[in-house]
Order: sequence, then structure tokens, then C-alpha cells
Amino acid sequence: MSKKKFNFDKQLLIPIAALVALVLFNLIVDPSFFKVTLGTNSSGNPVLNGYLITILDYGSELAILAIGMTLVTAASGGQDISVGAAIAISGSVILKVLCGSNTRPETLQAPIIVAFLVACVVSMLFGAFNGVLVAYFKIQPMVATLILFTAGRSIGAWINNNELPVISDESFTYFGGYIPGIPIPTPFLIAAVCVIVIMLVLKFTTLGLYTQSVGINGSSSRLNGINPEFVKFLTFVILGLCVAVTGLIKVSRLSTINYSVIAKDIEMDAILAVALGGNSLGGGKFNMMASVLGAYVIQFLTTTLYKMEVSASALPAYKAIVVILLVVLSTPVVRKKLDKLKRKLFAKKEVA
Amino acid sequence: MKEKAVLELHGIVKSFPGVRALQSVDFTLREGEIHALMGENGAGKSTLIKVITGVYEKDGGEILLKGIDGPASIHSPQDAQNSGISTVYQEITLCPNLSVAENMFIGRTKGLATNWRKMNQDADKILKSLDIPAKATQQLGTCSLAVQQMVAIARAVDMECKVLILDEPTSSLDDSEVKKLFGLMRDLKAKGVGIIFVTHFLDQVYEVCDRITVLRDGKLVGEYEIKDLPRVQLVSKMLGKELDDLSDIKGEPKEEEENANEVPVLEAHQLQSNAGIKPFDFYIKKGEVNGFTGLLGSGRSECVRAIFGADHVIGGSVKKNGKDVKIRKPLDAMKNGIAYLPEDRKIDGIVGDLSVRENIILAAQVLRGFFRPFSKAKTYEIADEYIKLLNIKTASADTPIKSLSGGNQQKVILARWLLMHPEYLILDEPTRGIDVGTKVEIQKLVLKLAGEGMSVTFISSETDEMLRTCSRLVVMRDRKVVGELKGDELSQSNIMKTIAGHEEEKGGESVE
Repeated sequence: MSKKKFNFDKQLLIPIAALVALVLFNLIVDPSFFKVTLGTNSSGNPVLNGYLITILDYGSELAILAIGMTLVTAASGGQDISVGAAIAISGSVILKVLCGSNTRPETLQAPIIVAFLVACVVSMLFGAFNGVLVAYFKIQPMVATLILFTAGRSIGAWINNNELPVISDESFTYFGGYIPGIPIPTPFLIAAVCVIVIMLVLKFTTLGLYTQSVGINGSSSRLNGINPEFVKFLTFVILGLCVAVTGLIKVSRLSTINYSVIAKDIEMDAILAVALGGNSLGGGKFNMMASVLGAYVIQFLTTTLYKMEVSASALPAYKAIVVILLVVLSTPVVRKKLDKLKRKLFAKKEVA
Repeated sequence: MKEKAVLELHGIVKSFPGVRALQSVDFTLREGEIHALMGENGAGKSTLIKVITGVYEKDGGEILLKGIDGPASIHSPQDAQNSGISTVYQEITLCPNLSVAENMFIGRTKGLATNWRKMNQDADKILKSLDIPAKATQQLGTCSLAVQQMVAIARAVDMECKVLILDEPTSSLDDSEVKKLFGLMRDLKAKGVGIIFVTHFLDQVYEVCDRITVLRDGKLVGEYEIKDLPRVQLVSKMLGKELDDLSDIKGEPKEEEENANEVPVLEAHQLQSNAGIKPFDFYIKKGEVNGFTGLLGSGRSECVRAIFGADHVIGGSVKKNGKDVKIRKPLDAMKNGIAYLPEDRKIDGIVGDLSVRENIILAAQVLRGFFRPFSKAKTYEIADEYIKLLNIKTASADTPIKSLSGGNQQKVILARWLLMHPEYLILDEPTRGIDVGTKVEIQKLVLKLAGEGMSVTFISSETDEMLRTCSRLVVMRDRKVVGELKGDELSQSNIMKTIAGHEEEKGGESVE
């Protein structure tokens, strides 16, 4: 039996290949894409500027969501399409706790950490709601989460009586911006912490084995003592936690909220990140790092398109084309064909 | 092509990563013959079938078909079907939520419009002519497994095939159904259809087949006329060794000393589950091997599933080593040292995409708990140990279990439960669809484990296998325990009598 010490997962090749393609494209079109400069922002703190930094900044929101989405996909074989709406709820909760009854308070009515923890609890409850529908009522994940997808933004608006609270406290902007003295965007730091946490969880618990086993064969998992319903439920709760973190970043960026626009369509990007990571959207085996990398690749693509001055309204169409290309290339059908082609080419070389 | 041949294979080669599944195999099927394809697990039977039916592309060699000049090109199951090759697989591959008629004609209607009435009438005609107890409009899922199998054959037969491949069609049928199937096969034979019959049941081979081709380790051993090859020789050809191993087990004495005061390892009283079995009593002692026997659907599996908590228990009590225990779900049973190898390996056993290694550690890992995962190195250590111990044929510990052959998958599941070091091991059809060699290995293992003090319940459709391994048999009929046989009472005829229930039931008297 061969025992490989270094186990490089071939799955990582897919997002890496996509990343390399994007990098090459930008190198050819305009190498200044990769320029990173140190400047100062409006409050006089040193910050890094450049397209790459933008990618790290905004890709981090996606990466955090991709963590939860990967687990949900693996265990339930479906996706949660309500994360954008759920972010509206968690963001609204954070603002409500910070502002209290006044929509434009001079000072914060509660510590930020308290607001964040409340948002965590609320988001996990909504995650649990989705989880119960999927795991115990056996509703297809996309259909089950359609409920919250439809209602979420209204619930968010209702929490603040449809008003738009604005926070003037500067420390609240740190989470979606920069902490004074650190030129790296905070969302990237938060994402790094999230990735480290989930890697530790996967290493020190059997979460990975359970979710994959349940996703592949629920009946067999049950006979091995696993509770498939609870595992599915748990993944939705974990995604709820990811939503709360993303919600904090989102409202911190603006210091306010726009219920109908905040994190719009982000669920699709999060799902695409999972797919781009080479994970089957039908559940089962997954590679967490590939998903996270996939998230940054999606953002890389978005930023590239922005830089090409594609108008915001046309952006999704361009993105769709590229995504179709990437996803189709990574399907087993095409990969098999490519493998065959590769073998043929090599065979010819040998003959020659 | 040879005279009267309908299908000829020359030098077929097929490799998978790490395995050379077929190494230059020849095979000839003649008109109007039933030809058995025999071999151990991993001998290459399934691969050969899949090459013929276009599921796999062959790496080399050629396929000749009657009526076609030159090598036939079969690249997909559709190609095979159009060339007159039909297949019925071991696992039923129909759609249970469609009607019987729809299943028979699916993918074969021309154009978009369907004449439903005509389709149903045609289906009914075929069903009637083949004596299959199903209605055309009935939903397939409501038929018994055996009837579903026969519908699959009816579908294949109706497609005007020249070559019919039956891949283990009888493994889920009972005797009378097998008889019916054989009648059907003989009819088709008379019509000139060439039938390839893959099975593990030697009796059936000698009952219907004309010729046997034996494969071993991906190579052709030979083609024989049935009358030239006695059973013993067939088995030794398949195994590639003499039959000492088999006789070894048969000679095993069954030491069964009655120890009236001994507390049973497990004792169930009036246990009942929602799977439709009548309440039953059951016990097993330390180091004992016993079994449930009965016809297909008599409730054998449901009994052990109730003990393991796999079905919802609705009544009765269970004592473990004399102490009351509550077993509501599989995890409860596992915590009480009970392991259960389920009947349906594919649905309840393997976790297909996971590696052999992860499949082996799964149950033990669950028992250890969520926050105490085995280290990766440890899992490799365990996997390598059990791969060696049970002689599992796999490219590596990281190979997905679904790419292993059936027998080796079963060994992996067995390894999973042995790793748990259970006090009481339930094996439900552990040898189903498995070659003779692995069967013997498993039987031997059971006896060895019992010798070491493990209690084992062994369920098998083959009674001689049960007689060889069990010292006590619980006999079931119509989801009810109808008798118990032990010691000298254990014989084929006694089992049959008890199952058939010739005499009126008067308590345990019917056993005589």
C-alpha cells in the first residue's frame, strides 16, 4: 500500500487553473492591474491600494460564505439560496442593537461585540429554520430556502421599522475597512481567521467525515450510528454563523444598510465558488480550500470585468459566460475527454 | 466466425488504474445455448459484460457479431441494444415510480407521441405470455423484488435480442421464481437466443447451462461443455486451487454444550418493529453462531434490524448480558457492542465516494465521538492492517470503495464492524453475490470469531451455508418465528419441513 506523505488534492487544480488564466489575461491586457501602492485613506491611516487588494477585500465576504455553503452542499446535496436575504437580516439586527431606538445616535447604544453576538444568534436561528425544513421535513434545499430568500429582506426592513439607521462611530467602520495602523483590509483578516477556524474544526472533529458520508449515502450513515438529519441541520446552522460574519462586514462598509440591495445575488457567487472549487453540487466529497480559493477567483473575475469598464448592469452576463466556461471545463464528461486527448498526444510524442 | 456463433470476442483487454481487469480474453456464444460465465470476484466477469454491452470501452481486442462483417463497434449501451444485445443486471436498474408498462417501453417509443393504450395492451400481452404476476399499469415499485427482476427480463426479451445477458438474475429470487425464470430461459434458447448467464449458484449452472467459460484474475481459464466438467473441478478451476479449503469447513465439529445457567449475551423478548414482523423472542450466547432462516420475505432481515435498532422498534424488551437496555437507534446498539452488516450492501453498506480507508474507520470513528477523530496516520495504519487481514484487493487505501468488486466491498464493510470489536456481530447475507472463495473465507472467519468468544448471527439464503456455520437456527415463515432447530435436528429436510409447516402448528412440536 502506497502511503503518500504529501497529499496534493487534484481538485485544487481547477480553481488554480482558472486563477492562472485570469492572471495571464490581465498580464497581457494591462500589467498595471497588479500594481499595489501604499497610500492613506480619508482618516489618515496607511492602506494598500490596487486591484489585487480589492479582490482580497471583497473576495473575503464570498470566501466566508463559501465555507458554510460547502458544508451545506456536501451534507444536503443542495444549496442555500437565502444567504443574501439572511445577510440583510443580520445586518439589520446589528444596526438595531447598536442604534437602539434612535436611528442616528451620537454614540453606540451597545458594544459592537454584543451586537455581533446577537446577530450570530439570530442568523443561526434562521439557519436552523432552513435546516429543520431540509433535514426533518425533507424539503429540497433550494425550495426550502426559497422561503427565506423571499421573506428575508422584508424581515430585515421590519426589524428597523423600514428606517435606515446610520452609525457615525468610526470604530464601526474597521470591520469592513481598515484597522488603524494595519494596511491590510480587515475583511481579509476576518476571512483568514474563519478559514483557520474551519480548518481546525475539520481537523479536530469528525465534521468532514460525517457531512461527506451523509451526503453520499444517508441510509448507510444512519446504520453506522450517524444521525443524518442532525448533521444536515448542523451545516445550515454553521452557514448561519458565516452569514452573521458577512453581515457585519457588509454593514460596516457603509455604516448603514439598504435592505433591497445589500449582498444582492451573493448566494449565486457563493454557490459558484463551491462549484468552481470542483466540488459536486450534488453533495458528497468536498475540498474546503478549493471552495475558498474558488471564492477569490470569482472576485478576481468580477474585478477584472470592472476594470475592463464593463457596465455594472452588463456585468452578470459577462460573468455568466466565463463561469459557464469554467464549470463546463471541470465537469467529469469534459475532463474525461481532455484526459483522452492528453493521452493521445503523449502517445504520439512517444511514437515520434 | 465459428459456425453458429452469435457473438465472438477475441483478445479483449481492459485496464483500470492499478488493475488489469481483462488480459486478452476470448469468448464465444453460440445460437440457442445457455452459457455460464463463472469466476471469483475480481475475475473480470462484470468487466467483460460491461465491455460487451458498451458500458466500458475496451482497450484492445475485437468483438464479432453474427450478421455483421468485420469487428462490431460498440461504444455505448445504445449501440449494444441496436446490435441485439440485451442485458439484465444484478441490481434492478428500472424506475420504481413508473408503471410496469412504462418501464418495459421506456426509451423505445418512436417519436414524441405515445399510444398509452396500445403500450399497456402490448405490455399485458408480454407479461401474460411470460407468466409474470404484474399488471401493465401497476407502479413498478409496488411489485416484489422478484417480479421487478422478471419485468426487467421481459423488457430485455421483448427487444428482439440475439444475445441476452443475465447478470446474477437469481440472487434475489426464491426457488419457485427461479424455476419460472429457467422455463423462460429455455423458451428463449429454443428460439435461438444465445444467453450469457452469470451466477454464483452452482446448482443453477448445472440445471440450465450447456457450456461454461471460467475466468480467473482477468484471464481466460477455459471453455467447457457442462458434461465434461464435474462440479468439484469447476470450483477448483475458479479458485485455481484444490478443494481442501472447502472440505476443511465442512468437517468442522459443532460443539454445542448446553449451559442452562449461562446468561445470554443478548436476549430479546416479544420484540416488534414497524417493519411488519410479529413480536418474536430471541437469544444468543457467548461464542455462539446462530441464524435466521426462511424464505425470501419471511422477515429474517427485519428481525435483526429490530435488534440493531435500524427499524423503528415499537414493542418488547432487550436484555444485554442480563441487564435491560434500550435500543432505539443504531448508535445505541453500537454502544452496546452490537454490529450489523446489512443485507443491501449498496444502499445500506458502502459510502461509495469515500475511500476504503474512510469506509473502514467509519463506525469505529462514530463510536469514538465527534470530538475525537482518529489521526490521519492512525487511519492509514488501521486500513492497512485490515486490508491485509481480510485480504482485500484494492489499489490503495485511498481508492474509492465503489471502484472495488462486490466481494471486496463486502470485506471492507466487514472490516468496518470488526474494527469496532463487537461482542455480538450480525451478518445479514454477507455472502450474497460473492464468489466461492470469498464465501469460504467469510464462513471461516465467522467460526474463528466465534471461537474467540464473539457471538454471531448469520443469515444466508443458502441453507447449506447456514448448516455449515450455525449451531442453532431460528426458522421463520410469513414474518413470524415458527420454530427453532439445533444439534441433530439441523438438516436440509428439517429446515424445509419447518418452513413449509406441513403439520398444524402446535407450539414447538412441528419441529420434529
